Amino acid sequence: MARGRPRNDEFNSGRVGPLWDLFFRFGPPRWSQYIRSNWAGQRLVVAVPYVWLLLFFLVPFLIVLKISFAEFSPLGRPPFEPIARFLENGALQINVLFSSYDYLLHEPLYVSAWLYSIKVAFFSTVLCLLVAYPMAYAIARATPATRNVLLLLIILPFWTSFLLRVYAWIGLLKTDGVINNVLLSLGIINEPLAMMNTNFAVYVGIVYSYLPFMILPLYSNLEKHDHTLLEAAQDLGAGPVRSFFSITFPLSLPGVIAGSLLVFIPAVGEYVIPTLLGRTDQLMVAGLLSDEFFRNRDWPKASAVAIAMLLLLVVPIMIFQHFQNRELKAARR
Amino acid sequence: MKRRITFPMIALCVGLLFLYAPIISMIVYSFNNSRLVTVWDSANSPTIKWYLALLKDRPVLDAAWLSIRVAAMSATGAVVLGTLAGLVLARFGPFRGRALLQGLTTAPLVMPEVITGLSILLLFVSLEQFFRIFFGWQFDRGMVTITIAHITFTMAYVTVVVQSRLATFDDSLEEAALDLGAKPAKVFFRITLPLITPAILSGWLLAFTLSWDDVVVSQFVAGPGSNTLPMLIYSKVRLGVNPSVNALATILVLFVAIGVALSAWLMRRAEKRREREMRLAESGR
Repeated sequence: MARGRPRNDEFNSGRVGPLWDLFFRFGPPRWSQYIRSNWAGQRLVVAVPYVWLLLFFLVPFLIVLKISFAEFSPLGRPPFEPIARFLENGALQINVLFSSYDYLLHEPLYVSAWLYSIKVAFFSTVLCLLVAYPMAYAIARATPATRNVLLLLIILPFWTSFLLRVYAWIGLLKTDGVINNVLLSLGIINEPLAMMNTNFAVYVGIVYSYLPFMILPLYSNLEKHDHTLLEAAQDLGAGPVRSFFSITFPLSLPGVIAGSLLVFIPAVGEYVIPTLLGRTDQLMVAGLLSDEFFRNRDWPKASAVAIAMLLLLVVPIMIFQHFQNRELKAARR
Repeated sequence: MKRRITFPMIALCVGLLFLYAPIISMIVYSFNNSRLVTVWDSANSPTIKWYLALLKDRPVLDAAWLSIRVAAMSATGAVVLGTLAGLVLARFGPFRGRALLQGLTTAPLVMPEVITGLSILLLFVSLEQFFRIFFGWQFDRGMVTITIAHITFTMAYVTVVVQSRLATFDDSLEEAALDLGAKPAKVFFRITLPLITPAILSGWLLAFTLSWDDVVVSQFVAGPGSNTLPMLIYSKVRLGVNPSVNALATILVLFVAIGVALSAWLMRRAEKRREREMRLAESGR
């Protein structure tokens, strides 16, 4: 920068040391400084979204955390009773119980729901990647005009109702559904395939719903690739497969990681797809949480499931944020 | 380069088929006469009787009306709060608590819906008790609680859109106005706001769509008797495929498709006009 002062984004990234504070005392002040020194309304502008998020996002988590350590009250009580009891007692005695968490670790139903969720999320992410990669590649290689149309076609389903798109699959996958009818009339199969309420249906539903989330980051990465690299590889005698695996794929890894996390994170906590399409004998974690809450009215256990789910997702979320920040910084340069 | 059919192109076509086949089949079957959804009654189809039945379906109409109101209110609320948060994060420089604000605005983007729903419901329950004990005032969960929950998770999307829009241009215009003596509020309304209007509009649409579509969070925070359209559809769908849901889905899908196509066209036109103006400005120099 000509004026030798930090740009706004450097400012925001927190990389500005105390030395800059000295420099700031001289020269014409910037927008942020005016705001800071000259305007009383500034506090209000910060406070409004801040207070909202604290009250409706952070405080609810603290409540969930608190309730997850509470004692389950018998079924006969109205569901709002346990909290009040806990509030009154909490002032007098420490009422922290780990029983809900203990249950999470030892109850086979819970353990299997966890493992199943992770398995489903992992394999759907892999499947999604396999389906999305060639699609993103083809879009990135298309002419700019076609590219815009194709991108619109990919994004369009995302704007239509998620619930209805999942619902549409029921009509296709049912025993007397469209796919079975077509296959039967073509004589490919003799009796209908059982596709509803299977793992297969869950995979189809998740891959279908989250495909745009995988395609878009992959596309935005693949689109930036330098085509001359591939030509150079070709000139040096590499076949298309080899140049793909030694050039295109390694270069696209940031896109692969971003897309995979965008699919994996919501897939672990997916609720609608497994309840509509999935197995009836095997719950995923989100289904478990809602069952504990609505059916068993066991608030402490539901809260404990929520906290455990968050802990499980913290690592992938951190990785995702890390890559996002890196991309943002790279884009600014 | 010669054009030939490659594996990625085939995959793209198959992929697009995969994306659209379920929607198209749903639309086709909404015109089917038979109550058994999957049996095509070729003698009496196509028919629009399911659409006509929909017009007389009181619960569906009520739920749709509730959903529209909730979505419009939450999108508006989310735009106000999200724009403020985006402005603060992009323009206010470092201040105490900035990192927490950034975290709070991005967290809802990746939070599983069941957790958001559960936590905010538990807050409402606590508030209910608080108001009952201290003020003797009973409030019911319904439209207001759904709207608050929706504002909270959709404002994150608006914040991201606005913040990244603000990051694409620096603050020299705003600075110039401040140097010339404009008050910060005036600078915001005369300079910043017009510049970020496209981001605000797309943020509003995004928030509206997300709220309109939400079933999980609503299910947690809605009281008895307040059903949004997705909640109603969800409860119908759990009982199996239903021709009136097909008809409803067709209306909603076409509605969205037309809206998206229209906004894409408008955006392209605005983009072209801006490019032309840029060229004019360049040549005028």
